[in-house]
Amino acid sequence: MSQSSALMGFVHRRRRGAELFLLILALAVGIGAYAAVGIGVEGHVPVDILGYGGWLAALLVGAHVAVRLVAPYADPVLLPVVAALNGLGLAVIHRLDLAEDTTFARQQLTWMTLGVVLFVGALVVLRDHRVLTRFTYTFGLLAIVLLLLPMVPGVGKTINGAKIWIGVGPFSFQPGEVAKVLLVVAFAGYLVLHRDALALAGRRVLFIDLPRGRDLGPILAMWLVSLGILVFQRDLGSSLLFFGLFLVMLYVATERPGWLVVGSGLFLSGAFVAWRLFSHVQDRVDIWLHPFDYYNAPRPPYSDQIVETMFGMGWGGLIGRGFGEGDPTRITYAEADFIMGAIGEELGLTGVIAVLVLYGLIVERALRAALISRDGFGKLVAVGLAGVVTLQVFVVVGGVTRLIPLTGLTTPFLSYGGSSLVANWVIIALLLRISDQARRPVPDLSGPSEAPDEQSTQVIKL
Amino acid sequence: MSELTLFLIRIAYLAILWIFVLSAISVIRSDMFGARVPEAARAAGGGGGKPAKQKKPPKRRGSPTQVVVTSGTNDGATASLDHAPILIGRGPDAAIRLEDDYVSTRHARIAASGDQWFVEDLGSTNGTYIGTVRITQPTTITLGTQVRIGKTILELRK
Repeated sequence: MSQSSALMGFVHRRRRGAELFLLILALAVGIGAYAAVGIGVEGHVPVDILGYGGWLAALLVGAHVAVRLVAPYADPVLLPVVAALNGLGLAVIHRLDLAEDTTFARQQLTWMTLGVVLFVGALVVLRDHRVLTRFTYTFGLLAIVLLLLPMVPGVGKTINGAKIWIGVGPFSFQPGEVAKVLLVVAFAGYLVLHRDALALAGRRVLFIDLPRGRDLGPILAMWLVSLGILVFQRDLGSSLLFFGLFLVMLYVATERPGWLVVGSGLFLSGAFVAWRLFSHVQDRVDIWLHPFDYYNAPRPPYSDQIVETMFGMGWGGLIGRGFGEGDPTRITYAEADFIMGAIGEELGLTGVIAVLVLYGLIVERALRAALISRDGFGKLVAVGLAGVVTLQVFVVVGGVTRLIPLTGLTTPFLSYGGSSLVANWVIIALLLRISDQARRPVPDLSGPSEAPDEQSTQVIKL
Repeated sequence: MSELTLFLIRIAYLAILWIFVLSAISVIRSDMFGARVPEAARAAGGGGGKPAKQKKPPKRRGSPTQVVVTSGTNDGATASLDHAPILIGRGPDAAIRLEDDYVSTRHARIAASGDQWFVEDLGSTNGTYIGTVRITQPTTITLGTQVRIGKTILELRK
């Protein structure tokens, strides 16, 4: 709280010019990658570069104008960073399309357009993020319904062994991606109201304040929900994401390390039991520990994805093979979960680190918005959204680089996947809204306020 | 396409990527250190020195000097406004510590803006009231305005 009082002395600048400058550089990153892909794969600059570049530029300029109009004090770095990641992702998917004769990049561009439209829509409709506190329990309920939808027969679809999809006509959609945004809002609204009870009550065991038994209800409920996702939907990634998200927000809201101890214990025991009970979890762990035993295996489980990724990254080395010179099509689903493998092969460690730094910048700006935000709800939502991005990047990049067992999650903004892309653009809109509120100068409180004592007594005739 | 051209394109693209990353970082840097101090705060701060630190508003006759608890368990407790902002709550770091079960650890804060004083609720459980209205944003208070926190009532005094 001393942070905000120290910051009261100055006003944040709007920095919209800096945002425009960075957006132009981000366009250079996106369109440059597209041109480099064309030159590397086909031997000439792609013929539709003007149309493609123009469309990308129109989308981003539209987003920039919207920010200028409705969120003038918003953070200047978030939008360009996201634009650069999205542009790079599109180019890498396009490069895989050229090799495999698919049209994922075109679909991804459509989804990006929808994402930007929703981004602008969210900024225009939501003028004050505190309005969202009204929908705390509605959003929580909606998130649970969305998470359960894939298990409804007829609506749910099983793709690659995970029951996390719903089919709407010809499209498939992952409702979990929307649910994560709703859950952040629901958790924040709940924790803002109940954090005192969660933070103060409890007893001290071995230097750690353990929470009171009856306050464990929500964390146990969340633990059961994520275990349910793990068991019934066979989705390790989302399960880890939701539980980790809740734990991070609980810790930030209460400032009590005891919750981390309890939560990590619950998570580890849950993961251990899942490992003992379920074959698909065992497979993942075996592949993680001994990938080469399962390479070109005669029967499942296969580890070809992870091994080919390691080959690709090794071949890419420090500066990569260059677009078109590598062979990322050896990795199955390189355009989705394994896009970091394709980037590592063709752009090398230099490119991978640039991408990771960009994710770091998104998280840093989100936490910054949380620090300077003046209301508890905004702080918690910003921290939660930062947590979503962090956990997602950690889980998927950690899985691809064999730091942790592989779990299926999309790399935010890079991977092919419409639901994830659209949900992430909405996350950025929420972050911009919170940072706009936080950086806006304090409203002038020294206006003419009539002191009640100074008003002369009047005779009222009845 | 010759090998050299492709190599140059590869290096050029990595350079563009990193130029973008570094410019984003430099924008963040100037955002941190290049913050503008508004005219009012600069004038009060004596033109520089420590711009972030707020200078106390000039003393005037009739301006409040202390916060007094007028009703509740800690009746009579006072805190000087010289040490603004003043934290009110049950926690040990509060300037006015209230032994009131309905008060949060860090409940509310009284701070100055210009020569006005305002009270701000710090996300307390039971809220901060002026009269019967629960405040949701920093609210101006003047001499004698009764601020209710839990079962305690505070006001500004000369």
